[in-house]
Amino acid sequence: MSTSLSTPTPRSTTQPRQATPAPWRRVFGSWLTAYKRTWRGSIFGRFLSPVLFLLSMGLGLGGLVDKSAGGVGGVPYLNFVVPGILAAQAMWVAMGESSYPVMGAIRWNMKYHAMLATPVGIDDILLGHLTYVAMQITGATAIFIGVAALFGSFGSWWVLLCLPITVLTGMAFAVPVFAFSAKQESDGGFNILFRFIMTPLFLFSGVFFPIDQLPAVIRPIAWVMPLWHGVDANRSLALGSPDVAGVLGHTAYLVVAIVIGALLARRSFTKRLVV
Amino acid sequence: MSPGPSVAISCSVTDPDPNLMLYATGLTKNFGDFTAVDGIDFAVERGESFGFLGPNGAGKSSTMKMVGCVSPVSGGELRVFGQDPATHGPQIRARLGVVPQKDTLDEELTVQENLWIYGRYFGLSRSEVRSRTTELLDFAQLTDRAKSKVEPLSGGMKRRLTIARSLISRPEILLLDEPTTGLDPQARHVLWDRLFRLKRSGVTLVLTTHYMDEAEQLCDRLVVMDHGKIVAEGSPRSLITEYSTREVLELRFDTDDHAHHGDAIAGIGERIEVLPDRLLVYTEDGDAAAAAVHQRGVQPLSSLVRRSTLEDVFLHLTGRTLVD
Repeated sequence: MSTSLSTPTPRSTTQPRQATPAPWRRVFGSWLTAYKRTWRGSIFGRFLSPVLFLLSMGLGLGGLVDKSAGGVGGVPYLNFVVPGILAAQAMWVAMGESSYPVMGAIRWNMKYHAMLATPVGIDDILLGHLTYVAMQITGATAIFIGVAALFGSFGSWWVLLCLPITVLTGMAFAVPVFAFSAKQESDGGFNILFRFIMTPLFLFSGVFFPIDQLPAVIRPIAWVMPLWHGVDANRSLALGSPDVAGVLGHTAYLVVAIVIGALLARRSFTKRLVV
Repeated sequence: MSPGPSVAISCSVTDPDPNLMLYATGLTKNFGDFTAVDGIDFAVERGESFGFLGPNGAGKSSTMKMVGCVSPVSGGELRVFGQDPATHGPQIRARLGVVPQKDTLDEELTVQENLWIYGRYFGLSRSEVRSRTTELLDFAQLTDRAKSKVEPLSGGMKRRLTIARSLISRPEILLLDEPTTGLDPQARHVLWDRLFRLKRSGVTLVLTTHYMDEAEQLCDRLVVMDHGKIVAEGSPRSLITEYSTREVLELRFDTDDHAHHGDAIAGIGERIEVLPDRLLVYTEDGDAAAAAVHQRGVQPLSSLVRRSTLEDVFLHLTGRTLVD
């Protein structure tokens, strides 16, 4: 241990007298600093995920579907399924980034508490962290689109619009899940969320087959949850003949889900952190 | 309070005195039906070292959180730098350094990264943060650990890092919530030495503790809290003079029940406290009291004469010991 006897630095004359112009950026920066420790493994996973999906679903299952049924409504299965999986992956990335990290920042490492002892406020914490989540979803989606394009999964440049749609889809999960995660005392709630909400959504939101195939009683569930909207908008764009009104409707739905989620998240963060 | 960034609308009307750092009157904090802080009054001036002394649950931490503008005031008035935490939270927090009861370090990051990200929260530039980090690591005696992760550091090192981190914004007030709880004696002395240097350099220290020795070492002035109320106020020395005697004779007996020994020595000294494991005789002259006990033919297992401490003050005021 150093035995330096230097005098301490604090003085009462030169003070930063006011909050920074945009403290949320500093919050975002701190999540980036933490990400620097793990980005290599994370990027590797981001490339691996589309490759696995494309090999198994697109080529494996797709070969079977195309041979026996001539694709889905005349569209080769690879082209049908990839835009759906793209949206679904955004949901999974969003879940991963907004479940344990949020609860951990409240209960385990108390990262949010540390931030609140500075000029940073609840809104900055939310905005900064959500921006980081959006960055993760954007990165994962861009990589997925790039890899899938190499496999010949897309029929049109319209697919580029899948990037913002997919990010919105992911955020339509991430923001409400922020509100949920802030309330959790243990990870029991996440098990329920993953098993009983995310997994059924993944299977029944039109990712692997059109929701017309579902029994009529289940279909409304797909309509109500964000994933189907992302899947349907993505598919419409990626196949090259977008139904503009449909895509705009889906986008509006996703934006509304994000706004409601943000109000809930703000309330649940304030309740949890400002007591 | 408004948790988001808020805008200063007008100057504070309550107190223009720039040396009055903290001012509270009738300050109250309720959690549902439970009153954690029950109408307390205090004021802290620039450069003072001010302590809240009390057992767990006395309301010390709740008070600190209100001062730190992360817990809304339930009642009464609180001013920090003359400003209201409800309307000027971010502005006040920009001038505070906070050492929370539980370290909130990012254990996955390195020692210096923890200082960097924290400095950035205060809006400092990267170069400013880096130069201050170098100074503060030196101050916290952590220079050679700058690039190691926080997780494997000892409790004392983490505490010093937390203090260094709280100083990155050059705060005018440093709030320390139980700064040395859970540390071994050597680590506590190192920490006290650092805090004493800060105090000498003009930083206003506001701390909570349930350790008497800590309060005596660090506080110019303190309030004793119990059940959310302030039960006494003064310098450590004046509190001892007012509420205790110069010396204390501690007697231990080889029995479970110490109460009947109390009757046997009644009248010796100014006052006798019966604790579960010992008797305390408050007196100006401990040796004389010990001799008087001996004269009555009472045979304690051990007897010890010591100077009065704040522990005795607390015992006298509340009838209970501080750390049980």
